[in-house]
Amino acid sequence: MPSNEILIYLLLAIFLFAAGCYGLIQRRSFIRMLIAVELILNGAGLNFMAFSRFTAMEPDTGRAFTLFIMGLAATEAAIVVSVSLSAYRQYHTVDPDDVKDLKL
Amino acid sequence: MTILSAMSQALFGAFVLMTIMGAFLAVRRSVMIMHSVLGLAVCMLGIAGLYYFLGSMFMSMMQVLIYIGALCVVLVFGIMVSYTPAEIKRRYITGKHMPLALAAGFFAVVPMGVMVFNADFQVNKGIPSGDIAPLGKMLLYKYCMAFELISMILLIAIVGSIILSKGGHVGGDESEEGGDHAQ
Repeated sequence: MPSNEILIYLLLAIFLFAAGCYGLIQRRSFIRMLIAVELILNGAGLNFMAFSRFTAMEPDTGRAFTLFIMGLAATEAAIVVSVSLSAYRQYHTVDPDDVKDLKL
Repeated sequence: MTILSAMSQALFGAFVLMTIMGAFLAVRRSVMIMHSVLGLAVCMLGIAGLYYFLGSMFMSMMQVLIYIGALCVVLVFGIMVSYTPAEIKRRYITGKHMPLALAAGFFAVVPMGVMVFNADFQVNKGIPSGDIAPLGKMLLYKYCMAFELISMILLIAIVGSIILSKGGHVGGDESEEGGDHAQ
């Protein structure tokens, strides 16, 4: 069993990942799915930061990867919001289950 | 010294609590969509505090800037343009895949929890410096390719989201009319 300090961060990351999975599969609207995906990505980022603080030889590697995760999260948010807007224009709904075909 | 240490512990506990409660609020079933975004912001603030405790002031600031300053604003903007007022006010939403979602959360927790509790790490006792000069050098030398690719992806995403929100049509006169019609 790992030491107490790193264990808190790892358990928190697992919680964020699980909450994200739960929210993503519930699938009530595009924006809520995006929020859930952000939680999953932050769980990964927290893991990177915790391991880079406690076990890595070079602590900046984990920070660099967390920065990359933040960049990808911002990219993904921009895309999902515009897809949501586009789907709302075409289908007049925010429910992903009602958007059945990929024609835009 | 003991008072400072106790205060630091209390602050750490507060950040952990903020993260948990924020994530809980963000994915709760019966909650207004704006409260969901607020939950995400609180969760991100908690994680920013944890990054500070992990020895990186810079990452903490980046977390606040990017997630709370940019992402939550983008989310609110998305809600503003694609939700009707009735949908924004709606509180009770039936999650359609409840058992599946609970099972997914459960199967995410159990294997990883087993893995974490059985793991054996060599933990560094030293406190890493919060200096960001090595991080900048690393981004521009060792991970230069990844850094440039992410910049490229951001550019593509910006152009793509402009095209998508314009109505999905670009180009000649005919398609521009189509775009106007879609608006």
